[in-house]
Amino acid sequence: MLILTCPCCGVTGEETEFHAGGEAHIKRFGPGTSDEDFHGYMFAKENAKGVHFERWRHNNGCGKWFHAARCTTTLEVFGTYSAQTYEPPKDIKDKISAKRPGWSWREFA
Amino acid sequence: MSTRLATGGRLLNKDRAYNFTFNGKRLTGYPGDTLASALLANDQMLIGRSFKYHRPRGVVASGAEEPNGIVGMGEGAAFEPNQRVTTTELFEGLTCASQNHWPSLEFDVGAINTKLSRFLPAGFYYKTFISPRPFWKHVYEPIIRKSAGLGKAPKERDQDKYEHFYAFADVVVIGGGVAGLQAARAAGKAGAKVLLMEQTAHWGGRAPVDGGTINEGKEKVNQTPVDKFVDEIVAELEAMPNVTLRTRMMGAGVYDHGYVLGYERVNDHQPGAAGPRHRLWRVRAGHIVTATGAIERPLSFAGNDIPGVLLASAVRDYAVNYGVSIGDRTVVVTNNDDAYLTAITLKKLGLDVPVILDARVLPEDSALMAEAKALGIRVMMGHAVASVKGGKRVTGVEICSQAGEGAVLETVDCDAVAMSGGWSPVVHLWSHCGGKLTWNSDFAMFQPDVDNPPKGVDGEGFVTAAGSANGELDLNGVLADADAAGKAAAKATGHTPGKAKTPTAETAEQAPMAPVWLMPQGAGIKKRMKAWLDYQNDVKVSDVQLAAREGFESVEHAKRYTTLGMATDQGKLSNINGLAILSDALNQPIPQTGTTTFRPPYTPISLAAIAGEARDERFQPIRKTPIHGWHEENGAFFEPVGQWRRPYCYQKPGETVHGAVKREINQTRDKLGLLDASTLGKIIVKGPDAGKFLDMLYTNMMSTLKPGKCRYGLMCNENGFLSDDGVVARIDDETFLCHTTTGGAETIHGHMEEWLQTEWWDWKVYTANVTEQFAQIAVVGPQARKTLEKLTDADISGEALPFMSWADITLGDGIPARAYRISFSGELSYEIAVPASRGRELWDLLLAVGAEDGITPYGTEGLHVMRAEKGFIMIGDETDGTVIPQDLNMQWAISKKKEDFLGKRAQERSHMADPNRWKLVGLETVDGSVLPDGAYCVAEGSNANGQRNVQGRVTSTYYSPTLDKGIAMGLVLHGPDRMGEVIDIPKVDGSIVKAKIVDPIFYDKDGEKQNV
Amino acid sequence: MSKPVSALDGATYQGFAKVEELGLRGMITIRGDLKSAGMKKAASTAIGLDVPGQREVNMTGENALAWMSPDELLALVPYEEVGDKIAAIDKALKGKHYLAVNVSDARAIFRVTGGGAREVIAKLSPVDMSSDAFPAGQIRRTRMAQVPAAFWVDEEGGIIIICFRSVAEYVFNLLKGAAENGSQVGYLS
Repeated sequence: MLILTCPCCGVTGEETEFHAGGEAHIKRFGPGTSDEDFHGYMFAKENAKGVHFERWRHNNGCGKWFHAARCTTTLEVFGTYSAQTYEPPKDIKDKISAKRPGWSWREFA
Repeated sequence: MSTRLATGGRLLNKDRAYNFTFNGKRLTGYPGDTLASALLANDQMLIGRSFKYHRPRGVVASGAEEPNGIVGMGEGAAFEPNQRVTTTELFEGLTCASQNHWPSLEFDVGAINTKLSRFLPAGFYYKTFISPRPFWKHVYEPIIRKSAGLGKAPKERDQDKYEHFYAFADVVVIGGGVAGLQAARAAGKAGAKVLLMEQTAHWGGRAPVDGGTINEGKEKVNQTPVDKFVDEIVAELEAMPNVTLRTRMMGAGVYDHGYVLGYERVNDHQPGAAGPRHRLWRVRAGHIVTATGAIERPLSFAGNDIPGVLLASAVRDYAVNYGVSIGDRTVVVTNNDDAYLTAITLKKLGLDVPVILDARVLPEDSALMAEAKALGIRVMMGHAVASVKGGKRVTGVEICSQAGEGAVLETVDCDAVAMSGGWSPVVHLWSHCGGKLTWNSDFAMFQPDVDNPPKGVDGEGFVTAAGSANGELDLNGVLADADAAGKAAAKATGHTPGKAKTPTAETAEQAPMAPVWLMPQGAGIKKRMKAWLDYQNDVKVSDVQLAAREGFESVEHAKRYTTLGMATDQGKLSNINGLAILSDALNQPIPQTGTTTFRPPYTPISLAAIAGEARDERFQPIRKTPIHGWHEENGAFFEPVGQWRRPYCYQKPGETVHGAVKREINQTRDKLGLLDASTLGKIIVKGPDAGKFLDMLYTNMMSTLKPGKCRYGLMCNENGFLSDDGVVARIDDETFLCHTTTGGAETIHGHMEEWLQTEWWDWKVYTANVTEQFAQIAVVGPQARKTLEKLTDADISGEALPFMSWADITLGDGIPARAYRISFSGELSYEIAVPASRGRELWDLLLAVGAEDGITPYGTEGLHVMRAEKGFIMIGDETDGTVIPQDLNMQWAISKKKEDFLGKRAQERSHMADPNRWKLVGLETVDGSVLPDGAYCVAEGSNANGQRNVQGRVTSTYYSPTLDKGIAMGLVLHGPDRMGEVIDIPKVDGSIVKAKIVDPIFYDKDGEKQNV
Repeated sequence: MSKPVSALDGATYQGFAKVEELGLRGMITIRGDLKSAGMKKAASTAIGLDVPGQREVNMTGENALAWMSPDELLALVPYEEVGDKIAAIDKALKGKHYLAVNVSDARAIFRVTGGGAREVIAKLSPVDMSSDAFPAGQIRRTRMAQVPAAFWVDEEGGIIIICFRSVAEYVFNLLKGAAENGSQVGYLS
């Protein structure tokens, strides 16, 4: 069972305090967008082996959403950060680069 | 025969005796005994029967690895099957019974299977019962089921209490032998918070049995006997405030990110004592040290399962710890030096060891061999057991040369055999979370690969194996390794270990062991069919070889085909021996075969401990409204709605459920009904952008709602499907109160927060879930206004407070209330929200003032029927996660002015606009009967799978007391265009009900009753 | 009956620790920009306590001000005073973006006292309840068995627990079971 640190309230808690919310940094496509864009937004999700960026909510806690950078094979957590952002912050990306040289995920690397 | 010796028994307290019974036989033992040692002390060699062949079986080990000695413990509400006698502490009044035999342990009809064993090899069931196919269900399975299963399931409810405990420690040390103690000391001295757990009731593990001395001192040579060393180190640890020691607590499993399960058997040894029987510790460790020791392996020779054949270490344990001799004449058979300790121990206790059969051929004697010989024990090098003689107990051993095929050279009478095939480190906890293993060919064992430990949250290893569990088999090596492990663990958790000297032990040089996987080496099929690998599941050397011949080359496949290692002991004794036989059969080295996966728990733990507090009234949270007490006192028949319990109806004495529902509806429609609607979700949405936000959330336009007014709204998810509905009230310019369904409050609040936090985080909106702040009571029916007016001075007339508006009023003795003119029944209705702590007060008041008008509380069934009569949809009935508002003809609730709302883009997809989507209609049976719930409307023909074509389904169906007939709603192909058409709806029994497609509004179509 | 009644009407249980429902307490959820001077002043003036830092709670008598999340405080005051306090906050923050809402009746509040109080909680919540990890004056929002709860250690070492009103009986049963005599763990001091 994982432990995660909520960047919003600072609690390091076990997985039962949190709720996983799927892939992070997804751009919403609304009315007027192409079928392809909408399909990609709703259904085509990353299924990464290795570095992955996810949304989590501290639902049994401060109630806030945040992002986590995690390795899906070793379960190592590289870091957690604000949900109010469009891309992983530099310090997290640097940390991943140090541990997983050459990593890439969607448009990020 | 096995018996209690006059002397010895370091763990016993012989001041008093304990009485206990086995199969009704009255026996005695001492405090400190395990059930195994107490049974053996009473010459109870035969303890159970094996699973498949019903072979007579006795105890083979002395600890958690025991495969044979399992019994049903206790009686009645305290009964538990499959308990290991070797890990059960004796207590006064213990009762137990053997398992897996009929009619009795001594005479078992099932034992005929052992005569048939050559016809019951691995895979027998798979091969034999495959055809003819129909026989499986009607003939084979019922018979196999009858004879399958180990032990009996308890019949009564468990009387005991169980609990969880969440603990946190820098360093968790699993295993309280000398390695665990030393590791805990090293980590504790460095300042780490240490939790040390030991599965037995005693500290020190095997070391005190094996003996030796330890040098603790820095300057002078201080030779402390091991048992004294253990006492001293325990005392030292107990005095350290940062170290916690727990006995009777097994490290059950190691999981991701330093999660450890500790299984504490608090009261198993003292039933009836206050407190829980078991406590499951859910521990989060910074670092884990597994000092779990090693387990001796049996040797594979013919007859190695006959009662009286034990592991050499177990024979030694019983003698030293419990003063129990397994036999008067014990033959020792071994491939290593360690078993000599058993021979020496027995000899020194005055027991006879006629011969040590050592499969090795060595150039010179080791120290232990010399000592044994000096004691007058005959040692036969290069020799083996050809077969053990005896049935229900050992009577002798036939000796052969290890190198040959088993020609008997000599027969020796004996009543016990002590065997040792070498040692295997207990790597289970190291492996549970991904620790890798490496093969040590010197000792023929798998041990932790220290370069590949399980990795934690930071990507670093979080488990260190210590002592024998790490492959160190002599005392000096164990102490050094454990000290290093404790220090490493402390360091890994941010502590700085001091420079305290590591205790040392002088140990005699041992001669190398020799891997011996089959005895004798060239044993023929007859011997191999009697050479057991897995005692509990009756897997023999010949079975594994057969599996290999039949192509089950993967160790995981071979395991499942033969059931090797799949019994309750999970192959603790059989695993390595089985692998070796499989590797040999496949002609490949053992590491190439690999091991099966080690999965938690280490030994079985009680299901009740896993459930913890979650049973009876704590099984799950039951949510109760402030009026729940009244419901309970007044015959409420409850139904679960999410975690809430809501009254379905209130039964009067002698009344049926159906009768109660009918009465409640008639009374409400005619006069006055009262509903506890407190469970409805209520969410405050406030801020300058609240209107904009609700416009995105609902399909309707909410921003145009005027303060003081209410509007019914629909919510869809981003995939376009209906997810919730409810009435929104605008409180002021910036504040809305959104009602949700009973089950939807938390979900919808979460849904709002998700969009606000992750998509529109620059919008100025705050939400608060105030569902439970209010008790909400619906006052419903033609007399609703008149009744309320008795409790308030406020003007609540149709003019002052029209339909779909709200007002703050005061009721009764100053109860602040908000009255909403909304209706889910079609009647004149006020939903009154008051502070929850005054909910019961208002309910009682309403009952009092409404009595003269026949006020009648009604339940959820009345609510459902009345809304269905009005054609109102219910989320979860008319919707199932695939229904869009358009399917329900609710285009009127979808704003066409809005550029965007959640679900709008999804509803633009071609499939959503398909004219062939099933649409909502009313259904009225031709004969007035009630349609079955969830029934399908069938069409002509059948589909490619030969199933009847369908053209719709029933979503809600009730008996309507108002109309005195069955009414229903359903989704039907082109339904709204087919009014008046009669369609077929089959029942489960195959008969057809004819139903007419009608308008879904069955009652007061123009809404005149609610709008007064 | 014409007075407000709490969920369990002050139920108590004495095991190795004492569990009591504290009856009704005024509670106000305050949401807003906790860093802004206006918000700080409005909250601290109305409640009479400083705005706490992250995961902290300031308390005196029946009053407390607890940090619930980066944009949320929970104020505790005597039940009868809630209306006035909210009015004061509303007045002070007029025109600002904030939310102050009465949740007094939506909650149940318990206190667990006695030497084993910390262990009672540690049987139910995945939280390190040792006194060095969780000193007085810190608040923790988490789950208690299967429901959300928040708790803190008060000045006298008692533990205050807040949960939703509808599950008050469930939580009381949990605490009762965990505090049963003979079930002390002996791990936390």
